[in-house]
Amino acid sequence: MPDMQQIINFIITIGIPVVVLLSFILANAMYLQLMERKVLAHMQSRLGPMRTGWHGLLQPVADAVKFMFKEDIIPAKADKWVFSLAPLIFLVMAFGAFVAIPFGPDTVIFGRTVHLWVSNLNIGVLYIVALAGIGTYGVIMAGWASNNKYSLMGGFRSAAQMISYEIPMAFAIVTVALMAGSLNLTEIVQAQSQKWFIIVFPVGPVAFFLYLIAGVAETNRAPFDLPEAESELVAGYFTEYSGIRFGIFYMAEYMNMMIVSLLASIMFLGGWMPVQIFPKLLGGIPPISWINTALAAIPPTLWLLAKLYFFIFFYMWIRATLPRYRYDQLMTIAWKILLPISLGTLLVAAFMKQAGWM
Amino acid sequence: MINQLIFAYFAAVIVVSAVLVITRKNPVHSVMFMLLLFFHIAGVFVLLNAEFLAAVQLIVYAGAILILFLFVVILLSVERESQAARANRFWPWLAGFGLIIAGEIALLVLRGSFPGEGKMAVQVAGAGVRDLGVVLYSKFLVPFEISSVILLVGLIGAVMLAKKKTNE
Repeated sequence: MPDMQQIINFIITIGIPVVVLLSFILANAMYLQLMERKVLAHMQSRLGPMRTGWHGLLQPVADAVKFMFKEDIIPAKADKWVFSLAPLIFLVMAFGAFVAIPFGPDTVIFGRTVHLWVSNLNIGVLYIVALAGIGTYGVIMAGWASNNKYSLMGGFRSAAQMISYEIPMAFAIVTVALMAGSLNLTEIVQAQSQKWFIIVFPVGPVAFFLYLIAGVAETNRAPFDLPEAESELVAGYFTEYSGIRFGIFYMAEYMNMMIVSLLASIMFLGGWMPVQIFPKLLGGIPPISWINTALAAIPPTLWLLAKLYFFIFFYMWIRATLPRYRYDQLMTIAWKILLPISLGTLLVAAFMKQAGWM
Repeated sequence: MINQLIFAYFAAVIVVSAVLVITRKNPVHSVMFMLLLFFHIAGVFVLLNAEFLAAVQLIVYAGAILILFLFVVILLSVERESQAARANRFWPWLAGFGLIIAGEIALLVLRGSFPGEGKMAVQVAGAGVRDLGVVLYSKFLVPFEISSVILLVGLIGAVMLAKKKTNE
């Protein structure tokens, strides 16, 4: 029989972080949809949702209610088990990846040192890459089980795209791991306390660029949204889904976006490290040093979230700006451009590390 | 105690899903059970503190190899595959060999000790990525390189088999 203290400890070390993280993810997954619609609307000189709540602020709630109460249709010729499992696999893999992400350094809350992560894995980056790889199954299973040509095509395209872009992405991540000397996300952030990896010339910016492009493709977003290209494939792999299962796919897409953005901030933009203006060069001169002190006073977690939302805004911006690629262009970009560049970057990074220039 | 319970769960699911992989008539379902199998093998690795191997198990087997299986299998006609014969005429022989191998494994387990470097491998795998890399590139460099050459041969072989024959 475990005593009271153990139960309380269990709740504090596992229960509370999981609940906080879950509510954070779910609130984000709901409201990022609204943010996307608003951002796209304003970029196209429209207003976006305005009716539900002040400037459409209650739109996500209305959407969620609609998803839950709509009829959940399973096509007669569909493979029932696979059809209903597919969105769950997609969702669980998206949720699972958040476990490894550190949202800030150890902080003291109510007189207790709290870790701002659920689990500090030694192989954090690899874990997230592995889960992203499994997420592909959700898409391809959904496409196959729907028993619909468009869904199948969408599933195929998505799987091919995700497999192709995983490779340059993994090499960009390996480059970062090499620079930091660790696969642990917390240690990767700490390794950037002097210099963010994005400004470690010449490999930093290149790896960042590779990761950013591969990240957009991994999340199946414009301009790489071939799997759900509505002008050719209706809605791609989730054409046949309705009700809450459709909602799950929709939410999981935003969760994947958050994971990719969080990883980009953690690996290249110093995670929770504050922005400083030329700390070594001009750091001592009064007006700049005041600004630097003020910036450093902002809590670390807010910095990480600011970077996260910056990337998410960037994704929406891309979607509003760039037209969709053709499928052969998509494959050419992955295999003939990104892959050689990523291999080269890794070689240069390894050389620099060995020569002690980093 | 709790570790043994978790191991028992993993082992049970591994055995059951492995059997289901070869008995399902629908090839896509076979692949799904194989995914389940890989997940639980990764779980056993985690239980042995070999986190890196668990991640690699998922990335390489589940994330790359099995996806390619699924790619091919999805193109098959499920109805025709379901009606196809389950085995060819050599099945009694194969079942016999399977039984012999199973008996050998059972004998080894009952004896209770394994010769050789098995224990060291478990220790190294549990020690972390850095130590694993060092051991792989120093002590086991030759086997490591040989296995990469074998993989390369497999790769080239597959390309040669799939290549169109051109008469020039």
